[in-house]
Amino acid sequence: MVLILEFITQATWSPYVAGAGIGILVCLAFLLSNRPIGCSSGFVKAGGLIGKSVSPSHVERLEYYREIVPEVDWAFMLIPGIVIGAFISSVLSGQFQLIIVPATWSATFGNTPVLRISVAILGGALIGFGSRWAGGCTSGHGISGSIQLSLASMITAVCFFAGGIAMAMFLFYGIGGA
Amino acid sequence: MGALFSGVHQDRRLQILLGLLFGIAFGFLLQKGGVTSYNVIIAQLLLTNFTVMKVMLSAVIVGMIGLALLKHFGYVQPHPAHGTLGSNVIGGLIFGLGFALLGYCPGTVAGAVGTGAVDALIGGVVGILLGIAIFVELYPKIRDRFLVKGPFPVVTVQEFLRINTWLSIIIMEAVMIGFLLLLEYLGF
Repeated sequence: MVLILEFITQATWSPYVAGAGIGILVCLAFLLSNRPIGCSSGFVKAGGLIGKSVSPSHVERLEYYREIVPEVDWAFMLIPGIVIGAFISSVLSGQFQLIIVPATWSATFGNTPVLRISVAILGGALIGFGSRWAGGCTSGHGISGSIQLSLASMITAVCFFAGGIAMAMFLFYGIGGA
Repeated sequence: MGALFSGVHQDRRLQILLGLLFGIAFGFLLQKGGVTSYNVIIAQLLLTNFTVMKVMLSAVIVGMIGLALLKHFGYVQPHPAHGTLGSNVIGGLIFGLGFALLGYCPGTVAGAVGTGAVDALIGGVVGILLGIAIFVELYPKIRDRFLVKGPFPVVTVQEFLRINTWLSIIIMEAVMIGFLLLLEYLGF
């Protein structure tokens, strides 16, 4: 009992342990819910639901939302679940902290919230756009797709990192290093 | 078979609850693995810390065997999707650029919100919803001009290598475990 308590209050686990747990979780999702764990589709549903509350007729005309129906379902609920799970874990770990500008960012680009938030919105927009273009994100393609030995998912995951490494190097060593 | 949990699959209210529970477990593991941190993700993209790849590869190493066994005994029937150059490569690269600018992905951005990262909420979540809204508006044109272009000739690794499924799993597992051992050997 004490051991379990010690384990769940550790600041971090070995990445191999956390990763193995995620692998088991994906298998359980296929077993119990007949679907992969993918996070970007939850945001698609949330976006559609927000759109519907503003202009239902406009959302109904959009072809994409006829293919992926905006509703509160498994994929939608995954997102608030992740927020809750990470909150519980960070509180148990003693790691919960309100932060606007992360340390790595402020070391290179300073402490101005406006700059960090602006770049985060731009990055988020590219992620939302790119994840729908590619049909999935790091969890859907990178983990769940690769687990199914999907060639397309593995190629997509390589592209996530290729684009990410190139942009991170440009940002921190190119712009930030100058 | 596959009928073992088909009643569960069709129970919509139960699936809504399961989505929440899977999310809680996933968010917990992401935070414990350290990958809800902007600093950890950027360090991965700058190739100075390999925590993100360690978490992802161990998930794939365990999940690939697990899913193959579940499939072998008839408990699940996964159906990986057909990809295209126009969709997976271009979309993947666009995503990658955003990945570095935001410092989170759609799963870890939700996790980061739970750990108190304000930039993940008012930057990341808002940006992702904005990007999706733009994509959804342009979807028919993007589909016709890009997403359907250059379909991959095969769906799975075993079809690509033209070998038996279990043999391809053994090869993939060996490559992934070998890569992780190499990282440890190099001191990452």
